[in-house]
Amino acid sequence: MLAFILRRLLQSVVVMLVVCLISFSLFHYVGDPVASLLGQDSRLQDFEELRERLGLNDPFYMQFANYIGNALRGELGISYRLQTPVSELIASRLPATIELAMASALIALVFGVTLGVMSALKPRSFTTGVVMTLSLVGVSLPTFLIGIGLIYVFAVELQWLPSFGRGQVVDLGWWKTGLLTESGLRSLILPAITLSLFQLTLIMRLVRAEMLEVLRQDYIKFARARGLSNRAINFGHALKNTLVPVITITGLQLGSVIAFAIITETVFQWPGVGSLFVNSVQVVDVPVMAAYLMFVALVFVVINLIVDILYYVVDPRLRIAGRAAR
Amino acid sequence: MSADTTRPAAPVAAKGALARFLDSDIWFSFKRSPVTIVAATVAAVLILSALLAPLISPYDPFNPATLNLMDGFTKPFSESMFGNYFVFGSDNQGRDVLSTILYGSRISIFVGLMATLFAMVIGISLGLSAGYVGGVYDSVVMRIADIQLSFPAILIALLIFGVARGIIPPSQHESMAVWVLIIAIGLANWAQFARTVRGATMVERQKDYVAAARIMGVNPLRILLGHVLPNVMGPVLVIATINLALAIIEEATLSYLGVGVPPTQPSLGTLIRIGQQFLFSGEWWILFFPAVTLVLLALSVNLLGDWLRDALNPRLR
Amino acid sequence: MVETLVKPAAEAAATKRPVVSVRNLTVDFPLRRGNFRAVEDVSFDIMPGEVLGVVGESGAGKSMTGSAIIGLIEPPGRITGGEVLLDGRRIDNLPPEEMQKLRGKRIGMVFQDPLTSLNPLYRIGDQIVETIRRHLPVSEAEARERAIGLLREAGIPSPEDRIDSYPHQFSGGMRQRVVIALALAAEPELIIADEPTSALDVSVQAQIIKVLKRLCESRGAAVMLITHDMGVIAETADRMIVMNKGRIVETGKVGDIIKRPKQDYTIRLIKAIPSITDPIRVHAAPAEQKALVEVKHLVRDFDLSGSLLDRLFRRGGGKIVHAVDDVSFSIRKGSTYGLVGESGSGKSTCARMMVGLIPPTSGEVLLDGKDIWQAGAAERRRKVQMIFQDPYASLNPRWRVGDIIAEPIKALGLASGRSEIEGRVADLLERVRLDAAAMRKFPHEFSGGQRQRIAIARALSSQPEFIVCDEPTSALDVSVQAQVLDLMKRLQDEFGLTYLLISHNLAVVRTMADDVGVLNKGRLVEQGPVDQVFDAPKDEYTRMLLSSVPDISKVD
Repeated sequence: MLAFILRRLLQSVVVMLVVCLISFSLFHYVGDPVASLLGQDSRLQDFEELRERLGLNDPFYMQFANYIGNALRGELGISYRLQTPVSELIASRLPATIELAMASALIALVFGVTLGVMSALKPRSFTTGVVMTLSLVGVSLPTFLIGIGLIYVFAVELQWLPSFGRGQVVDLGWWKTGLLTESGLRSLILPAITLSLFQLTLIMRLVRAEMLEVLRQDYIKFARARGLSNRAINFGHALKNTLVPVITITGLQLGSVIAFAIITETVFQWPGVGSLFVNSVQVVDVPVMAAYLMFVALVFVVINLIVDILYYVVDPRLRIAGRAAR
Repeated sequence: MSADTTRPAAPVAAKGALARFLDSDIWFSFKRSPVTIVAATVAAVLILSALLAPLISPYDPFNPATLNLMDGFTKPFSESMFGNYFVFGSDNQGRDVLSTILYGSRISIFVGLMATLFAMVIGISLGLSAGYVGGVYDSVVMRIADIQLSFPAILIALLIFGVARGIIPPSQHESMAVWVLIIAIGLANWAQFARTVRGATMVERQKDYVAAARIMGVNPLRILLGHVLPNVMGPVLVIATINLALAIIEEATLSYLGVGVPPTQPSLGTLIRIGQQFLFSGEWWILFFPAVTLVLLALSVNLLGDWLRDALNPRLR
Repeated sequence: MVETLVKPAAEAAATKRPVVSVRNLTVDFPLRRGNFRAVEDVSFDIMPGEVLGVVGESGAGKSMTGSAIIGLIEPPGRITGGEVLLDGRRIDNLPPEEMQKLRGKRIGMVFQDPLTSLNPLYRIGDQIVETIRRHLPVSEAEARERAIGLLREAGIPSPEDRIDSYPHQFSGGMRQRVVIALALAAEPELIIADEPTSALDVSVQAQIIKVLKRLCESRGAAVMLITHDMGVIAETADRMIVMNKGRIVETGKVGDIIKRPKQDYTIRLIKAIPSITDPIRVHAAPAEQKALVEVKHLVRDFDLSGSLLDRLFRRGGGKIVHAVDDVSFSIRKGSTYGLVGESGSGKSTCARMMVGLIPPTSGEVLLDGKDIWQAGAAERRRKVQMIFQDPYASLNPRWRVGDIIAEPIKALGLASGRSEIEGRVADLLERVRLDAAAMRKFPHEFSGGQRQRIAIARALSSQPEFIVCDEPTSALDVSVQAQVLDLMKRLQDEFGLTYLLISHNLAVVRTMADDVGVLNKGRLVEQGPVDQVFDAPKDEYTRMLLSSVPDISKVD
């Protein structure tokens, strides 16, 4: 178990290093950081001084090492656009994104798995047909259109829910939450639904496909021949086997919810890191882009690690053989 | 050995091929699925009308000479005060919404097709080589694909778009925008192709017909292209179809976020972005019709992909 | 020993009522191109304690008959006529819930592949206890006791410990024992065993048949043994049914049918089955004494230490497997050398090193005195060809037959010009007794036997001297096997070919080969002329193999 986790950790570190390299290259080669910081009418001497001060004259590997060192200390540079440290910017916007992502992940997981299992168990029923067709409509609807549609119906026409923003937030000192006020909760509903729909359909279709595959296996046929009840076969034997691959992919899907929030945050003017990123791309604010990339990679790596451990717990073949067969 | 010695002979007479197709299980399952027939028709109509936009659109929406601001905000199915009739209404600048949609879907479909093609070429090359060569090369390629697959395509496309903006001089942003989009979306989607092709290649590589070819000394490239590639095209076709829908949606999303094609050359996403400004003041049609077109396009292509997957999967038949 | 709770089988035996009666059973599959009748008008009885063998080639409807009895026909198939009586009561029209309670409780089933029959995520004990408690009113602890007893009876060593193991911790043979224990867990009166030993090696096969027979005898359970292997039936069953194309061809005592078949189909079938006591091969032209192929000290190691990281961390201590370990033999020009062994014996690895597919770790393969991995590499491509086991995978499904057969001609530049190549392909097709028009068709338009002929034509098209045949008939039905083997013999005499015949089927090797080598765990344990090795085996392993082969000559 320990060796397994260690190996996974090592892989995660490699992934993070690669992503660091990419974001460092972004920093280094896209645009001129000095020009972006100093503005048009500075003297050549200022340029040289700043280059020296930023370490831009050092050899590549030194700069990269510095960059990683700074990143580990949470220093991610200064936004060209807002002239504030990137780490402060991200920290102030992080709670909004995380609360949104968690809420939608929960919706996607609960409904996705339930609907997926239902439609796999009754593949030929009318309801399944409707659900499957709806899920296709779901993946064909761009997220921003879903958002606009929900705003139009529930905020503009019916005026039940707010159309933008986070509502009132409570400052816990280290975390500004919208979950403790009524307006905050009401503001969360539409964005959370919007963000969850795409993942929901994906998870549902995945669970369905895996479960249908499992139901075709010999051991299910053998379980029927042993006279086990449908309940025991479907929920005991089939579901557990379905979960093994589903855990992996679902975990990664949920991880991508955070990055996927970019669109939803833009539509609902949600003050999270996603909308920060979009605004940065538009004006090529490289430090923010680079930092955001690293942030998303970190989320990915952490979730991946959790998924691997879960996988290990569920599948005895891994547990006993003691190595990943992926 | 001359260059084309081991390539199979060209298909026999077209009649034979057509007859085989009409007798095939694919055609049979197509005939049996009304939803698929409708989807195919809708997709064909949308793509054809986009292709023929310059010929069939009632107005030229991008010619300032024919635009009249006083035509602005005409309701659908009505005439403006100058006697211009607008089926889907007109926008703030007096452009005919139907015409902008026709021209807009042209760009959306073009970007979607090219990006899919681009992703397909990269994905197939990497997938085939990784699956056949194996070893460290395979692990590296697949690890990259894994990582990329766990980031949403839209984020990757945004990043690539941002990088391109930083590299290309601002004066050329507008003219290069479409190609930047194609590359960004293509690079964001290659991993799915690579993974599938690699998996299928690993299966085919183990098969004895490949061993037979290796025994007689056929070179690896020819084995890959002559033997393996034709046998992995089925799943590739399915992914390509679904990916086309995805690419169209991604283009619309990027344009909606304001980082796609320039407003002078609006795609469906840009039109929706423009329309959103007027939605809450009651001019719903400026957003509504482009949105419906986009959804119909994506949905019909997705339905075709879904059907194709079932039709090509013998186990589900 | 576990005490039997209920003994309906014994009661039935007293009254001599059949456990199961099938009356005029018909099963239909409505398919796109019309109705497919998988089983037609089949009637038979199985008496208590009896082992009934059901034999037939693929598509005979034998498995479908078994599925129909236990009520597990896959849709869209369904029973469209006749009835199934269990102990005198009709069961084919029972509602699904009642049928469910009957399965496992009164009818048990064993499937072919033990590797996929058990749920990989549950301990075997849990799976047995689950089945027992579903059908019998016992407590968890009692069920566990019974499960341990069952496993012990099934021949699982120290069942008290193994009961908490997962399926992947057992070998294939052990898993099939677990599957049998599971099928018998609730004391059913009838066991339907569908090819229970076909996925196993001969040595394991013999043990599994014994276990199945012993367990059923001790419980008085009747067995319906479905198999394509007449040898298994000859050794196991009391009575047998021969099926063909969904119908019963002949029914009777096993000994009677094998020794005195009455129907034409059965006569042809029995004649086509090779036996390890058959007379040995006589060539039209006797083989030369000069060796064409020599294998010297061939070794192949596989590194099984997994990923790159594993290899980095466990330097030196990796898991090296000697798949082929110092094997030497030579093949006379114009003769057939048979290489036999069970799975994992290294016979296929050997074959692949001899045709240039995988390089040997050490040792050499000489063709006409030249090493095919060194100086003889170019020559090898023309002179050495291979015929594979699975005729479905050895032909590219996207290529026309003509292109498949012409591939070696084109790749080696043996002929140029369309008409010349076409002429050669037509000639080759004729040699393997296929119509020349076949070259315009695709592989899927042919049957398994025909495809194997196409594969042979391809192998012949480079005019080779030496052909490696890796289990060339294992995927084929016996009657087709006989035809293909016959064709191979004729072609050998016609062209003076030299064969290496790799097979797990000892009877096939007996009828085809001049010399034979026996591989066990990568080592050649015995070799010599066929009659010598088969009739007077010297090695312990060879003797064990020969005695465990189910063979029709072993019928009493």
